[in-house]
Amino acid sequence: MHRIVRVVSLALVAAFLGGCSAGESNVAQGNREGILHFGNGSEPQGLDPHVVTGVPESKIIDALFEGLTRKNPWTLEPEPGAAASWEFSEDRRVITFHMQPEGRWSNGDPVTAHDFVWSWRRALDPAMGNLYAYMLYPVENAEAYATGKIDDPALVGVRALDDMTLEVTLNAPTPYFLQLMDHYSSYAVHRETIERFGKATDRFTRWTRVGNIVTNGPFQLQNWQLNRRIVVERNPHYWDNDAVRLNGIVFYPTENIVSEERMFRVHQLHYTNDVPLNKIPAYRKMADTPFVEAPYLGTYFYLLNTERPPLDDVRVRKALSLAVDREALTRNVLYGSNNPAYAITPPGTLGYQPPQLFAFDPEEARRLLAEAGYPGGDGWPGLELIYNTSESHRKIAVALQQMWKDALNITVTLSNQEWKVYLDSVSQMNFQVARRGWIGDYVDPNNFLDLYITDGGNNNTGFSDPVYDELILQRAPRAATQEARFALFHEAETRLMEQMPILPIYTYASKHLVHPSVKGLPPNLMDFVNVKYIHLEDVPLTEFELE
Amino acid sequence: MTSANLTDVVQAEQGTSLWKDAWRRLRKNRLALFGLAVLSVFIVVALLTPWIAPYAYDAQNLDLGASPPSAAHWLGTDIFGRDLLTQILYGGRISLAVGFVATAVALVIGVTWGAVAGYVGGRVDAVMMRLVDILYALPFMIFIVLLMVVFGRNLLLLFLAIGAVEWLTMARIMRGQVQSLRQQEFVEAAVSLGLSPATIVRRHLVPNALGPIIVYTTLTIPSVMLLEAFLSFLGLGVQPPATSWGLLISYGAETMEEYPWLLIFPGAALTLTLFALNFLGDGLRDALDVRGSGD
Amino acid sequence: MWRFIAGRLLQAIPVILAVITVTFFLVRVAPGGPFDSEKAVIPEVKAALEAQYRLDLPLGQQYFAYLQDLARGELGPSFKYPGRSVNELIAAGLPATAELGAYALLVAVVLGGLAGVVASLKPNSAQDYIPMSVAMIGICMPTFLLGPLLVLLFGIHLEWLPVAGWGDIPGDKILPSLTLGAAYAAYIARLSRAGMLEVMSQDYIRTARAKGLPEWQVVTRHALRGGLIPVVAFLGPAFAGLLAGSFVVETIFQIPGLGRFYVQAAFNRDYTMILGTTVFLSTLIVLFNLLSDILAAWLNPRLRAQYGEA
Repeated sequence: MHRIVRVVSLALVAAFLGGCSAGESNVAQGNREGILHFGNGSEPQGLDPHVVTGVPESKIIDALFEGLTRKNPWTLEPEPGAAASWEFSEDRRVITFHMQPEGRWSNGDPVTAHDFVWSWRRALDPAMGNLYAYMLYPVENAEAYATGKIDDPALVGVRALDDMTLEVTLNAPTPYFLQLMDHYSSYAVHRETIERFGKATDRFTRWTRVGNIVTNGPFQLQNWQLNRRIVVERNPHYWDNDAVRLNGIVFYPTENIVSEERMFRVHQLHYTNDVPLNKIPAYRKMADTPFVEAPYLGTYFYLLNTERPPLDDVRVRKALSLAVDREALTRNVLYGSNNPAYAITPPGTLGYQPPQLFAFDPEEARRLLAEAGYPGGDGWPGLELIYNTSESHRKIAVALQQMWKDALNITVTLSNQEWKVYLDSVSQMNFQVARRGWIGDYVDPNNFLDLYITDGGNNNTGFSDPVYDELILQRAPRAATQEARFALFHEAETRLMEQMPILPIYTYASKHLVHPSVKGLPPNLMDFVNVKYIHLEDVPLTEFELE
Repeated sequence: MTSANLTDVVQAEQGTSLWKDAWRRLRKNRLALFGLAVLSVFIVVALLTPWIAPYAYDAQNLDLGASPPSAAHWLGTDIFGRDLLTQILYGGRISLAVGFVATAVALVIGVTWGAVAGYVGGRVDAVMMRLVDILYALPFMIFIVLLMVVFGRNLLLLFLAIGAVEWLTMARIMRGQVQSLRQQEFVEAAVSLGLSPATIVRRHLVPNALGPIIVYTTLTIPSVMLLEAFLSFLGLGVQPPATSWGLLISYGAETMEEYPWLLIFPGAALTLTLFALNFLGDGLRDALDVRGSGD
Repeated sequence: MWRFIAGRLLQAIPVILAVITVTFFLVRVAPGGPFDSEKAVIPEVKAALEAQYRLDLPLGQQYFAYLQDLARGELGPSFKYPGRSVNELIAAGLPATAELGAYALLVAVVLGGLAGVVASLKPNSAQDYIPMSVAMIGICMPTFLLGPLLVLLFGIHLEWLPVAGWGDIPGDKILPSLTLGAAYAAYIARLSRAGMLEVMSQDYIRTARAKGLPEWQVVTRHALRGGLIPVVAFLGPAFAGLLAGSFVVETIFQIPGLGRFYVQAAFNRDYTMILGTTVFLSTLIVLFNLLSDILAAWLNPRLRAQYGEA
C-alpha cells in the first residue's frame, strides 16, 4: 500500500513538472523575435471570408487576406490594399479600381481583377448561405442575385475590364462604399485552391487548413490548433512586405476575460480582447497604464415592444426612458468607461450629431406615467425585462429596475435567458422590454437608422412610421450633399426618439490592455486593427501592480 | 439525568424502535448537536428574515457602491450599495429551501430506485440501471432550457430539475450498498424467516446502507445550492433582485481581488452550513449504525 | 464474468440508441436554432444554409439519415465550425480533456482515499477532523472559485506556476489538475471514510482482529475492499461527469479540451456537435459504469459469485 502510494505520487509529480524550467515570457520572447501575442476572444468559426461572421474571425482574416482597400488605423480613411488606386465616375455610381501591379497570392500567383469578380459572385451566391452577403448589396443587382431573383451572376455590377482593372457599378451613389471594401465579405479568395477541395459554394471543404490555404494579405497561415492558438507568419509574396514590421502573430482564443487579464499580467499576452469591468478602476490608477479605451461604434439599448400594453402608450415608453439616470449608471456601474446615450446613433459618426430630445427628469417621467393612467404607479400592470445571461447585462438591468422603482414606484421583473432562447424571444417579439446592442458594420448613421424601417429584420419593436421609412429609404440616398443627407437622418432620428420604441442607455467603448512594447496599434471608433502598422519595441518588462 | 434514564428504560420496555434509539445516541454526540443547533438557527433566521433584516433587500445606493464592512453595514455592501448582510439573509431562504427540498426529492427517488434495483436484481435491475445510464447521458442544459419553455419559470420546477439529476448517483450508491448487504447472513436469515421483501428492504437493508447515503446526502445539499446558481444562469432559478448563496458566491468570485468581502461572507455561510450538516450527518450515521460500537 | 460483461455491452446498444433518439428530438424542439444570430438572417440565406445541413428534410428523414451516418462512424459536419466535422472536433479536444481528467482523478483518488481511510481509523479524533475539515472546504469550494484562487496565489503572487495553458509552459498542468481533482477528492474522502466505518464494524473485521492480525493488515487486506465500494459506485459516473465538469476548468485555464465543445455546443445549438458529444459521453458513461460495477464485484466476492452465475 505504502509503496503504491509512493510510486503513484512520484509518477504524478513527474508527469506534472515534466522538466520544469523557468521559461522566458511570451512577451519578452515576442519582443525579441517580432511576434505579437494577441488575445482574440474566441476560437474562430473558420477562416473562409464568405462563411464566417464574427469579430475574432475578422482579426485573423484581416491579417491573412486583403480587400481592395485597407483602413488607416488612426484616420479610418481607406488606403490602397489589393487595389493601388481607384476613381469614381461623374455620377459616383461607377468605381474603377486599378490592381496592385505587384499583387501576389501567398503561392506567388498574381492577384487579378478576375479574382475579385469570381469571389464577389461566390460571396453573393445564394447556395453559399453567406450571412454577410448584404454588405455587397449596394452593388448593382447584387441583392437580386443573392436572393435568387436573377440567376445570371454576370448581371451583378462587378466586371474585370482586364487583369488589372476592376469596374464596380452601384445602384446609387453610396458614400460609405469604400469602407465596405475592407470588410471580409468583399475579400478575394483563391479560386484554384477552393476548387481543388470542392465546389465553390461548399462550406465543408478543407481549403482553409494549414498547408492548403492560399491568401493575399501581409501574413500567411502557419499553424492552427483548435481552441489553443492560430499562428500566422510573414507572407514573403505580399506586395508591401517591406512595410510589414511584425514577423508573426499568435492569436489566442481567450474566451474567459478574467483569465485573459491574468495572462496579460504575467506577460503571456501583448494585447487583450477585453478588460473585466471590475479591474478598470485599478488599471486606471496605474502609472503608465496599459489600459486603453476609446468610443466604439455601437449603442446599448432596450427594445420596447410597442405592440404590448402598457408599452403601446408612448407616454409610458417616455416615462421609462426619462426615469433612467444614465449618468449615474455609467459612472457607478460601468466605471465611467461608457458615455450615456440619448438616441440610437453614436455621436460623432462622421461628424453626424444625433438629436438629444430629453434628459434624466423623474418629475416629467412621473407626470407622463400619471397621464398614461398610472399615477404614482397605481394600477401598474407589471412589466418584464429580458436579457441574455451576462454579468454586465445583469448589473445594468438591476440598476434600472431600482431606478424605475424609485422614480415611478413601479415594479419591473427581470428575466435572464440563455443566449439562443433570448434571440428567439427577440425575433418573435415575445417580450415587453428586451436588452439589445448594435455595433455598426461601417461608419455611417444609415447603418443604425435603417434598423427601424417598417418590418425591418432587426426592428423587433413594432415601430412603423411611413414618414420615417421615406426619409431613410427614399430621400436620404438621393440627397445631393453629405450635409443634406445628415439633415434628413437627423429629422428621421428625431421622429424615432419622439416615439421612443427603443430606450437608449449608453454608447459602447472598446477596452483593451496593451503592453507598453506594442506600437502602431491605436484605439479607434471601429476597434479596427491594421496589422501592417504594428511593431514591437524591446522595452524592459515591468510588473503590473494592481493595488 | 434520572429522567433520561427513566425514558430509556420505558423505551426499552416498549421495544426500542430504531429511530428512538438513534435519537438517544445522537443526543450524546456533542458535535452532532452543535450541527443540529446551527442548522436550526439558520432555519429560524431564514423564516424570520423579513422582520430581522437590517435593510430592504433591493435598496440600492449607487453612489456608495461596494464598501467594506462598517458600522452601518456590518458585512459591507455590494457594487449597487446594497447591504450584504441583508442579501445573505434573503439568499439563505432560497438556498436552504432549494438545498433541503431538492435533496429530499433526490433522496426519496434515489434510495427507492437503488434499493429496489439492488434487491430484486436480474432483469429488473438491468432495466432500472440502464435507465439511470440514459438519464446521465442526456444533455442536461438543453433539458433544462426545454423544461423552462414548457413549464415556465418557477421554484417547483427548480426543485424537480435539480432532484432529477441528483438522484442518479444516489441510486447507484444505494444499489451498490444493497447488493453487498443482500448476501449477508442477517439478510439471509430474514429471508428464511419468511419476511416480505418490502419489510426486509425497509427494516434491514435501508438502515444498514444508510451510512454512505447520509454522507452523500450531506454532500449533495451544498452542491445543490451551487447548482442552483448555475441554473440561474440558464434562466431557471431566482431572478434579481432576489438572490441566493450560490449566486452571491459566483458574483463574489468575479470580484474577489477587488472586494473580497463579497466572496468571504457568503462563502462562510455556505461553509458553516456544510460543516453543520456533516457533523449532524456523521452523528446520524453513528446513531443509526445498529451494529456499530457507537464510536 | 465474461458473460456478464458481454451482456452489459449488449445492453449498451439500446441505452445509447435511446440517448440519441431523445437528444435528437430534444435539441430540435429547444427554442433557437443554430443559425439565429444577433443580426436578423435573410430568409434566402437561411434556406440555403438549411439545405446545406439537410435541415430542409422532414424530421424523421433527418433522424434516419443521422443514424445511417452514425453507423458508418460519421458524426456529421459542425454547425458552429463550418469546415470541421464533429469527429475531428472531438478528436481535437479529447486528448487534453482525457489527460486532465486522468490527473484529476488520480489527485482525487490518492488524496481523497488516503484522507478518508486515515480519518476512519481513528474516528472523532484530530486524525479524523483535520483531513475531513479540509475535505469539507473542498466541497464548498466550487471549481469556479478554487481555480482562480489557486491562480492568484501560485500564478500571480508567488509566480511559481503558469496562469493558463496546457502543455505550453512547463508546469501548466498542475493547477488545472488540482482544481478539477479537489472537488472529487473531497467527495471521495467523505465517502471512503463512511464506507470504511461501515465495514470496520462488520463481523468479519472483528474476526480478523480476533485472529490477532496487525491493524494495518486488517485495513489493507480486509477493510479496504468493502470500504471502498461506495467510492467505486461514485467513481463510474464521476469519471464520465469529468467531461462536463472539466468545462469550467478548461475555460479558466484556456485548455483546448472537449468540455468546452460539449457545453458550447448546447449554447450554440450546434445540433450535430451536441449529438456527437452526447453519443460519445453516453458511451463513456456506459463503459465506466460497467467498469465500476466490475470493480465493485471484484471488491465484493459474494457479488462476484453472483455475476459468475448470471
